[in-house]
Amino acid sequence: MTPLLEVKNLHAEIDGKKILNGLDLVVNKGEVHAIMGPNGAGKSTLSYVLAGRDGYEVTEGDVLLNGESMLEMEPSERACKGVFLAFQYPMEIPGVATMTFLRAALNAQRKTRGEPELSSPDAIRKVKDVAGQLGINMDMLKRPVNVGFSGGEKKRAETMQMALLEPKLCLLDETDSGLDIDALKVVSEGVNRLRSPERGFVVITHYQRLLDHIVPDIVHVMSAGKIVRTGGKELAHELEASGYAQYQQEAA
Amino acid sequence: MGENVTANRTPAEIGLAEAFAQLDGKLPGNSDVKAKREEAFARFGSVGLPHRRVEAWHYTDLKSLQREALPLAAPPSAEAKTAAWNAQTLFAGLGARRLVIIDGTVVPALSDMDGLEPGLTVSTMAAALSEGDPFVASHLGTGRPVDDPAVELNTAFMGDGVVIRVAEGAVIERPIHLVFVATGDVPASTFVRSLVVVGNGAKLTLAESHQALGAAAYQPNIGLELVVGDDAQVDYVKCLRESTASQHLASFMTALGARAVFNHFSLTTGGAVVRNQLFLKLNGEGACVDIRGANLLRGNQHADTTLVADHLAPGCQAREVFKSVLADESRGIFQGKISVAPDAQKTDAKMMAQALLLSETAEFDSKPELEIFADDVQCGHGTTAGALDEDLRFYLMARGIPADEAESLLIQAFVGETLENIAHESLKSVLMSAVADWLQAGGASHA
Repeated sequence: MTPLLEVKNLHAEIDGKKILNGLDLVVNKGEVHAIMGPNGAGKSTLSYVLAGRDGYEVTEGDVLLNGESMLEMEPSERACKGVFLAFQYPMEIPGVATMTFLRAALNAQRKTRGEPELSSPDAIRKVKDVAGQLGINMDMLKRPVNVGFSGGEKKRAETMQMALLEPKLCLLDETDSGLDIDALKVVSEGVNRLRSPERGFVVITHYQRLLDHIVPDIVHVMSAGKIVRTGGKELAHELEASGYAQYQQEAA
Repeated sequence: MGENVTANRTPAEIGLAEAFAQLDGKLPGNSDVKAKREEAFARFGSVGLPHRRVEAWHYTDLKSLQREALPLAAPPSAEAKTAAWNAQTLFAGLGARRLVIIDGTVVPALSDMDGLEPGLTVSTMAAALSEGDPFVASHLGTGRPVDDPAVELNTAFMGDGVVIRVAEGAVIERPIHLVFVATGDVPASTFVRSLVVVGNGAKLTLAESHQALGAAAYQPNIGLELVVGDDAQVDYVKCLRESTASQHLASFMTALGARAVFNHFSLTTGGAVVRNQLFLKLNGEGACVDIRGANLLRGNQHADTTLVADHLAPGCQAREVFKSVLADESRGIFQGKISVAPDAQKTDAKMMAQALLLSETAEFDSKPELEIFADDVQCGHGTTAGALDEDLRFYLMARGIPADEAESLLIQAFVGETLENIAHESLKSVLMSAVADWLQAGGASHA
């Protein structure tokens, strides 16, 4: 079976600084992978390289989505093929109405799948359904994208976008940062509802607490730009107890 | 200024002098009007076309930009009128009262001159000048800036235009639309002068659009004087979509009474060289102005917005926001001067000019000036210039929105602030579509 995501010996740098140093990762449909690691391990870089952000140069290796290399694709093409990055710091976009943004995203993705575009009322209905489940009211959607949202509201909005766009591969970059315990529950429940045999997740986090709510199948430890250890969900608890120090030494 | 002017006269200056000498009663007006024209032309002649060493025109060097003076436009033929009428599309679905000006001449047959609301009077400038209308004579030129060559030329050569009067207390719900169409068949210049006087407590919405049909070189010089009475309100929008064969000089002169409200928006997407001048005189206590504009340029377009706001009475409020979106080799200019007289205490004036540079070769020049003689005022200004935010672009693309559409959304968002205050919803949506049209026409990604 072709894996959903296959990262092979990935090397990447930014401004000549090497961040990823031969990272391997295989995610199959239906699996939830957690990537943990100390600050500076390259976790966020991995999420950006997978999503296609400008400024990162891949010097070696490949990234395959359902067997197809993504490295030459624009971020929008990757998104239309089912990659979704939930941002650690979602952007505020003054002047762009949230509904305009969501409808543009929905229709861009529908277009590449050969589906008819959604009319404005249809898009609003669809958004309303999904938003309601995450406790996002329509007043929030009337504001410009993420403008004036609290940290928790931004993360809920990210989860809402994810539910709306129904991606195949969800990348969650430090989704727990800036969340209090109640918001963490709401967001985790939103994510858990999306778990399905057809969908894979890569959950990037520094702390174990998110993984109490989004329970992973596989846990990886990342250090100095590569995976240094892989285990089951119990690995997360072990890390919480022992810290990352041993891995930092190993990598050095 | 003025040294060796006669020795260095350019072909354009010589052409203007010859054209003026040969006017010979071709333009409307009695001897008083003729004297006004002569005074204005003499003032122009003493300095000539402005050039980069003239501070107010530093970035728009008319002496080098206007190589020749084009002949005065002939009155439009019947065919030209039909063609112009069929082609004019801006604000067409608005239901506004349209006053149509083709090649500088008001065409009453195509204009909605009948069924005027009570309190509204509309006539042509040509008729008013010919008849020596005392009302027009007493108002014309009262808001004139000192020594502005564009205004002097407009006064010297003014041919036609509209005269609109709104009586005290009259609220005119139906917008009035000044439809400027250039046939563009042969190279021509036009000098349109209009006067709008809105009485105390009256209310008017005024729209102005400029289109050109053909591609012949075209030099419109537009003058509009607006007098807003005490407690009156005027909402004004302008949309300039002439061809890139146009060198458009527009001078907007406004005098505001006590507690008068004036909202202004101007969108420029057309023209090769555009200079939009706004001269504001806040004469009455507590007047309130909101002046916004957007210039969207590509290719070699050059658009200069020059604003002079004179705060002459206490307690006036002014908000000024101008945005430029500059692609290719285009050049945007903003000059804004806020001047506060000694008596204009409690003035509250804020001015902002921002540019989005879509290419390495686009240029934005911004010159804000504050001249404050009162000691209890709040005045501020700001300028920014930069490229599209890459982080925002990535965020939109990460949701599947293609690069060009992501850029369009961000550009519309940037421009959006200048449109948000337009009260008339249909006017606002027409202008938003005009912005979208501009984006569509160029493809933002390689614009």
